[in-house]
Amino acid sequence: MLQTLSPGTVRALKVLVFLLCLVPLAVLVLETFGVGGMALGANPVEELIHRNGKWGLKFLLITLAVTPLRRLTGWNWLIRFRRMLGLFAFFYILLHFLVYAGLDQRFDLAVIFEDIAERPYITIGMTALVLLIPLAVTSTRGMMRRLGRRWQQLHRLVYPIAILGVWHFYWQVKLDTLEALIYAAVLAALLGFRLAHWWRRRAPGRFSLSRSGHDRTAHARRSV
Amino acid sequence: MKPDNRIRSWEITSEANFVSRRRFIRDAGLAVGAALTGATALALPGRASASLRDLETVPGPFSTDETPNSWEDVTTYNNFYEFGTGKEDPYRNAQEFVTEPWTVKVGGECDKPGKYDYADIVGPHALEDRVYRHRCVEAWSMVVPWVGFPLGDLLKRFEPNSKAKYVRFKTLFDPDRMPGQRRAVLRWPYVEGLTMAEAMHPLTLMVVGVYGKELPNQNGAPLRLVIPWKYGFKGIKSIVEIEFTSRQPKNSWALATPREYGFYANVNPEVDHPRWSQARERRIGASVFAEKQPTLMFNGYAEQVASLYAGLDLRKNY
Ligand code: HEM
Repeated sequence: MLQTLSPGTVRALKVLVFLLCLVPLAVLVLETFGVGGMALGANPVEELIHRNGKWGLKFLLITLAVTPLRRLTGWNWLIRFRRMLGLFAFFYILLHFLVYAGLDQRFDLAVIFEDIAERPYITIGMTALVLLIPLAVTSTRGMMRRLGRRWQQLHRLVYPIAILGVWHFYWQVKLDTLEALIYAAVLAALLGFRLAHWWRRRAPGRFSLSRSGHDRTAHARRSV
Repeated sequence: MKPDNRIRSWEITSEANFVSRRRFIRDAGLAVGAALTGATALALPGRASASLRDLETVPGPFSTDETPNSWEDVTTYNNFYEFGTGKEDPYRNAQEFVTEPWTVKVGGECDKPGKYDYADIVGPHALEDRVYRHRCVEAWSMVVPWVGFPLGDLLKRFEPNSKAKYVRFKTLFDPDRMPGQRRAVLRWPYVEGLTMAEAMHPLTLMVVGVYGKELPNQNGAPLRLVIPWKYGFKGIKSIVEIEFTSRQPKNSWALATPREYGFYANVNPEVDHPRWSQARERRIGASVFAEKQPTLMFNGYAEQVASLYAGLDLRKNY
């Protein structure tokens, strides 16, 4: 019954998901301004950096989970949520960066550039953020149409970005890497799913090149 | 030195603030907020400081007149991996920790080795209030009104001999009581060490309390070190062993990541941690919009301790 949803249902769900994606932001804003006794705790700037970073990474992984979920369940409408989830990932990672640059380093560009140049975990994080920008910019329907096949290729950047994001998380931990490793395991599963899928589609392709080759591109355009 | 019988600064400020803030938080009781967030302030049960005994103290030397951090900051934002690696884990997980009875094994190069119980250790010493700056290696800092006595006065009682060049301290190892020890995050038990000169320095404290009260478990009860010119991880907590040695002890963080942490761990704004700058620090309790402040050489205690390191390359001996 969930195989197909009416356009109206999808639209309603989109509004709901959009609002849900804003909840972490709302909580952080209320805590930042101490509304109703909510608080960020003893080290508020660090808390903001960490929470935004983790939400960014979570949304990145959720975005990467869309295609596997769709394939496993056959719920093709899931794809309609992917762009929004990806943009929320970008949004929280951008906030993460802005809190770091603004509240932590007071937009002191010298210090920020020094950090980016000298602290490998920040170099990696910055690389990931910079790579996310073209993906966000080309996320519109118009851009998708205009870029055609190249849109596909460009957006495969999300894989290295996610790897860099988890690596950045792992590298900034002082000692207890357990949480970062959990994120790494989830990412590995999501990437592994794609590898397995790719491998399965590829193997028979060697023998019947023409037709399945065509299918592959058609399929890939919809689903990577 | 400060005048005697003054009102301790925090008695009129921080702790009172803390209590009224707590009450406000609880009364506000915004169910919606709580449900949405599990937010820090709401999730932490308001453990009363009332169950901790008041200590009889005298004002000690070397106190800073900076405003101490609130009781809440001091007792809920802690690094004490024996109770978990999150900052609030010690507060959450250490409440049931029982520190009575407590014995300390003293040994190594000294003439009075043996097992001393808590009363033997603390009894002969006058407890002093000392408000010290506290600088964590993670680039945050607090101001803490400790209660303790000079470590040197204690160590002298064990009559260290001429071979004693260092003192090594160990934390309790008991995974049943210290849940953080069930995972091998660090090599347990936690070990720290000081040179004899550092240990005998009048700034170095054996701490038994904070804010005029017994030490809360999450702060390292019942006995911990405070060496205010060194990064916080040198201040070993819940001490059960003291050993005088001729060789430099291997401390836990230096064992875990030798490239990042050394034996000395003196606060030094010019020597960065490999992964972050030590030039500035964030004062806990400051507003979310507050600027970081410059870190001071030896955490501001250079006048008292710089001579200990004359001729030592502080870049190599981090
Ligand atoms: C894809 C991009 C990024 C992702 C997914 C990401 C994610 C994260 C995560 C999950 C954490 C750890 C949170 C925790 O420990 O609880 C973190 C920490 C941090 N990130 Fe990022 N980040 C990204 C980019 C950046 C950028 C561009 C910067 C700055 C230039 C940055 C600066 C930091 C800092 C300063 C910390 C905190 C380190 C500390 O507390 O010592 N990150 N990030």
